[in-house]
Amino acid sequence: MVTSITSFGRSGLYDWMVQRVTAVVLLAYTIFMIGYLLFNSDMDYSQWKSLFECTSMRIFTLLALLSMAAHAWIGLWSVTTDYIKPTGLRFVVQSGCGLLTFIYVVWGIQILWGV
Amino acid sequence: MLVSVYRYNPETDDAPYMQDIHIDIPGGKDIMVLDLLQLLKDKDTSLGYRRSCREGVCGSDGMNMNGKNGLACITALSQVVVDDKLVLRPLPGLPVIRDLVVDMSQFYKQYEKIKPFLINDTPAPPMERLQSPEEREELDGLYECILCACCTTACPSFWWNPDKFVGPSGLLQAYRFLADSRDTATRERLAELDDPFSVFRCHGIMNCVSVCPKGLNPTKAIGKIRNMLIQQAT
Repeated sequence: MVTSITSFGRSGLYDWMVQRVTAVVLLAYTIFMIGYLLFNSDMDYSQWKSLFECTSMRIFTLLALLSMAAHAWIGLWSVTTDYIKPTGLRFVVQSGCGLLTFIYVVWGIQILWGV
Repeated sequence: MLVSVYRYNPETDDAPYMQDIHIDIPGGKDIMVLDLLQLLKDKDTSLGYRRSCREGVCGSDGMNMNGKNGLACITALSQVVVDDKLVLRPLPGLPVIRDLVVDMSQFYKQYEKIKPFLINDTPAPPMERLQSPEEREELDGLYECILCACCTTACPSFWWNPDKFVGPSGLLQAYRFLADSRDTATRERLAELDDPFSVFRCHGIMNCVSVCPKGLNPTKAIGKIRNMLIQQAT
């Protein structure tokens, strides 16, 4: 058993499951967005705005945003633990990734509810 | 043909280097790489490599031949030589002791971690612990591992984290005991593996499957360990 204090859930199984579930959410969101843009090629700003004013779309987008944050953290945590061996430097890079992810989530919520 | 061999003697060399040797194969036969190494050793007795059974059973002569790990004794030149050239290197990712001989300590430490022995806390029967033919079949494709380290040293996850990731060979053995109907330590074994490194650093690239000289499938075993962890979780 390897003890880890910086991974997402501190259990390999939990991180593995979160990675897969969030991947499904991101896939569904991507397919929806591509489909929506394909079927509404003549879309204008007001239609785009009304799409994101809909509560169900806000829920779906927030779900995708949080999924991306969790997915990215688990992925970047794996990459940093593979390639950055000095603990101090790895902690700084991981902190930077975590801070950036947090900023993106808050910023995303602000944009989503600012429509 | 031209053979390029990795040479390093820490007592005399500052750094490793590749030694190019031209050699004629007697009778132009399709000999095994191990036989070729013997021919090289006849020319230069300082060349170091491990070998023992010379028939793919002991797992001593694992090495990297033209970029792919395998056992020198059961790999014919025709399988690996390209453009009449063969590059021989030690197994990647482990410290080199000398020439093609690597220090396997880290590999064995991971093997020890998975407790490679039967654990059974029930009273021993008078004769032996029996298995049905079906239960015994569960161990096929697992017990055949000869610990040659070809798979583990072909795995980038092991290269980056040899102290934390058990590696394909160790995990194949871990599943061999998890799948054994006579073993009663399943929960304890699984609890030892449920961290982000021991099992889950495997990203399923299947280098291990592609190089295993015994034709085993560690990736499949790792998938089965993962399924067992999922099934016992809430």
